[in-house]
Formats: sequence, structure tokens, C-alpha cells
Amino acid sequence: MDETRQTLLEILEDLHPDIDFETEDQLIEGNILDSFDIVTLVTEIGDSFDVEITAGELVPENFNSLEAMVELIEKKLEED
Amino acid sequence: MLFTSYEFLFFLAVLVILYYHTPPEKQWIMLLAASLGFYASFGPVYLCYIGTTILTVWFCGIQLEKNLVHQKVVLEEQKGAGSREEKKNYKLRQKAIRSRMQALCIVFNLGILAVVKYANFFIANVNGALSLFGQSEGLSFVSIAMPLGISFYTLQAIGYLVDVGRGTVQAEKNLFKFALFVSFFPQVIQGPISRFGDLSKTLYEGHPYDPQTVAFGLERILWGFFKKLVIADRLMPLVTGIISDAGAYQGAYAAVAMLVYTVELYADFTGGIDISIGVAEALGVQVQENFLRPYFSTSLKEYWRRWHISMCSWFRDYVFYPVSTSKGMQSFAKFLRKRFGPNLGKRLPVYVSSCVVWFATGIWHGARWNFIVWGWLHFAILMISEECEPLYERFHARFGLIDRKGYHFFMMARTFLLVCVLNLFDCYVNVADTLSVLASIFAVHNWGLLLDGSFEWFGLGLSDFVVAFLGVGLMLFVSIQQEKEWVRDQVARWPFAARACVWSGLFLIVLIFGAYGIGYDSAQFIYNRF
Repeated sequence: MDETRQTLLEILEDLHPDIDFETEDQLIEGNILDSFDIVTLVTEIGDSFDVEITAGELVPENFNSLEAMVELIEKKLEED
Repeated sequence: MLFTSYEFLFFLAVLVILYYHTPPEKQWIMLLAASLGFYASFGPVYLCYIGTTILTVWFCGIQLEKNLVHQKVVLEEQKGAGSREEKKNYKLRQKAIRSRMQALCIVFNLGILAVVKYANFFIANVNGALSLFGQSEGLSFVSIAMPLGISFYTLQAIGYLVDVGRGTVQAEKNLFKFALFVSFFPQVIQGPISRFGDLSKTLYEGHPYDPQTVAFGLERILWGFFKKLVIADRLMPLVTGIISDAGAYQGAYAAVAMLVYTVELYADFTGGIDISIGVAEALGVQVQENFLRPYFSTSLKEYWRRWHISMCSWFRDYVFYPVSTSKGMQSFAKFLRKRFGPNLGKRLPVYVSSCVVWFATGIWHGARWNFIVWGWLHFAILMISEECEPLYERFHARFGLIDRKGYHFFMMARTFLLVCVLNLFDCYVNVADTLSVLASIFAVHNWGLLLDGSFEWFGLGLSDFVVAFLGVGLMLFVSIQQEKEWVRDQVARWPFAARACVWSGLFLIVLIFGAYGIGYDSAQFIYNRF
């Protein structure tokens, strides 16, 4: 879990160095991440964790915070 | 039966009275009857089109869910037995079955839309291509009436189907309830394009009479009427007159049409949506907001987060995400990264997907090259902005501009002007005319017409401009207020006498200053034709 969190944090900070992803929990609803960022994230997550995130999973609840994304990735890893 | 017709007001008044005298558990049946009756008023034959979409999507939704339930049961039974790989393969096989069912139903319904909306556009292009090769005889055009709202209800039904396939909503088992979701009369003609998960929360439940809810709904309807009748319909003759002859009205005329059309479009479309949301609200049904004061946007990207929100989010969720996260696109991204480095590998697949989305958005608006060019111009501007983002950031930081009110206003004005220019493609029937008119703003120097009194105003006099100007001023004031809080909520806290003054005043304004004229026949809403 910690490893997933750390890797994901690095991806996010690379995408938006100006955002504090440790505390931000309105990444989608606060318009911090837009649809372009989401697609880039899906590609990066796919490469780093070897999981496939589907279009149906691209909902605000899964991407509003670092924790929500970690949860999604962990769930996908368990499923696989 | 347009929203602004006397027939509709009578229909609504009778419906609201009957609705709140109906047992709550049967109110949805009354809404269905009203919706089908409303839709049939445009031509009973149109019910065949919407009926086909309802039946096919409902049936497919049920089958998709059956498959999902079956898959769950099988996997539960196999718990502890079978390898992980076997289960994964089984899930993949079931997913492929669902995808095929879903694709078939979507293609069928998009096919109906394609035939009624795009057949002649296709034929015209084929004939154009044939004539290039010296073929003088082309295909004959077909005569098919386009059912009102087909572009809206088709997207809404497809959205439902995809959501069921994704497992994010449960399929509606009751055909008649599903029919109500697709045909719900306040939104069937020009949106918003609702999601089943949102609309179904309040669509089927009973709503006991609540004077506050009904009053809020009626207030919203009145505000919509104000925008449509006092502003949009008053300005309409000027825009219609200027764009009727692209060759004759250029230069200053084009600039005036461009600005006035952008105001008219806003008042017309948001006014129509205010009426839609207000009608639904008066019946206790919550429909999602479609606008967030889009002309206050500081960039085109922000504008598309605030304009026609339900359509934009539909294209994002059901076209952009599926295309950009598809296996093909992900492989393309990997190939690019390997071959050209991570930067291009990240951006190009997003841009390709975006290009597809803007093509779809453009052609959804109408079967004309104008709309396709309009879509791709949006794509080009948004991509250039995206690429220039680091440059802007450096520029803003260097001069400390971003927090300055003046600069914020400049960005708003710049975005508004950009939207005005892009809207010109909506006005004219072909790209050549649009480009010639646009170029004429800079090339034809007839601005003196505005000063010497010889500008043709197409029947609009000083009193019309005073009314329109004051109307736009009020609309702007309300929009500024709404950046903080809904004006309606603010007014609701006022004493009764003050509230009565506000709403009866607005009612009188609509009655006196609405653009009716002799032999009034309400003008069609601009978005009805999409």
C-alpha cells in the first residue's frame, strides 16, 4: 500500500508540481485535474502498476484525492 | 407546442393541477402521459422514432444487466474453485458479449439519428465528389422529417445503456418508467441531457404539493421567459436579417451580428433551460444545471466547463474517456513513448482523442461542414492553449498579472470575443460564407454606417435597443449576484411584500416588453434545431 502510494505520489507531482496531493481532496470537483490530466494519469498508472483502468472507472469519486486513487489501484491489483 | 406558446402555458397549468391531485405513487404515470402527449403535439409520427429508441435501449439494458448478474452468480459459485486465469478469461468473455450487445444497440440508434439528420448531408458530399470526377448525375436527396429533440434523447438513452453496461446504474425493469426517462417533456427537446442515476432519484417518486417548490419552479420559468421573450426574441430580427445575405451584409454588419448573436444565443438557450428546469422543479423533479455563467470564463477551456455542461460531460464520459483509454490508444501511446519520448507519448493520444470528440461535438450540432469546422477550430485553439500553458504561466508570474482584476477582466473579454467569432460558424450555412464574413470585419471599412444613421437595423428601433440593453443589464446583474448565491434564494429571504413586488414586476416586464407583436407566433428556440 505504501509503495503504491509513493509511486502514485511521484506520478502526480510530476504532473502538477504545484499541488499538495497529500492534503487535497477535491482534485476533480475543484477542477485541479482536468480530463487531459486524467487520461495521462490512466496511462501512467497502467504502466507503473500494470492495471487497466476502464472508462467507467473515470469518475470523480475515484480521482478526487490521492487516497481514492490508491484505493482504486489496490482494488484493481486484487482483482487481477 | 413550444415552451413560449399559449398552448404550453395552458398545458402546464392543467398538468400541475392534475399532478398534485394524483396519488403520489401514480404521479409518474401522469408525467409519462403528459410527456408522450407533449411529444405527439409536434407530430404523432415522431412517437415511432422515440418509441423505437425506448424499446431497443430498454431491452438491451435488461439483457446487459442479466449478463452482469449471471456473471456474478457464476463467479460466486466458483469461489475457491478454478484458477485466477480461468476467472479472468471468463470475465473477459462475458465483457465481450456485453460489448457486442451494447455496440449493436448503439449503432442501431445512432443509425436512426444518422438517417434522419445526416442522410442529405452525406448525399450532398457524395454528389460533390462525383461531380469532381465529371459525373453530372448524382444521388437524389431524401425527404425525411427530423423528430424534434432526437439528438438529445438519443444521447441520453445511449448514456443510460453505457452506464448499465458499466454497472454504475441498475437497468430500469419497468418499460413505462424507462419511457418516461427518455421522453420527460421538460428536457426532451433541448436538454439538459440527464443521467439516469441523477434524474431517476426524483422522477419516479411521489411529490406531495409543496408551495415553496412550485413557487421556485414558476419563478425559474418566469426568468426563462424574460430571457427568451424580452432579450432573445427582440434581438432575433437583427441577427436573422444580417445573416440572411452573407454577400450584402459585411464589415460592420458582420461585427454587429457576431456580438448580438452571442447575446441572443445565451438568452435563448439559457432561457429555454431555465424553463425546462423550472417546469421540472414545479413538478418536484430535479434536473441538473446546464450553465454556470459561461461568459465569465477566462479561457475557452473554462468556457466549456460552464456552457452546455450536460452535453460536454456526455462527450467527455462516453466518447473522450473511452477513446483515450481504449487499448488501441494506450498501445499507440506506448509506441510513441518508445519511439519519440515520453512527452509526445503523453500528449498525442490525448490530442487525437480530443480531435475525435470535437468532430463528434461539431457534427452533433448539425449536418453541415460549418459545424465540423467549428468543432475543429475549438480543438485547435484548445490544443494550442494547452501547449502554450507553460509560456502563459511564466508570463503571468513575470508580470504578476494573474491576481490583477484588470487582467482578469481582459481574459474574460478575450474569451468572450473568441466565442463570438466561433459562433459565426453557427450563423451561416457554409464555411466559405462564414470565412468571407469574418474576413470582412477587418477588410470592409463601412463602420461609418453606424455613425451616419444609414445602418439597416431590420425593423429594430431605439425603444427595442433600450429594452434589450436594460434586459441584458438585468441579466448581467443577476449573473454577477449568482457568482455568490442564487438570486432566487436571496429573494426568498425577503419579506412577502418585497418578493411579490419582484416577481409581479418581472411578470409585467415579460408581459409588456416581451417581443410578441401583432399575430404573435413564438419563435423556435435556437437549440431545438440541433
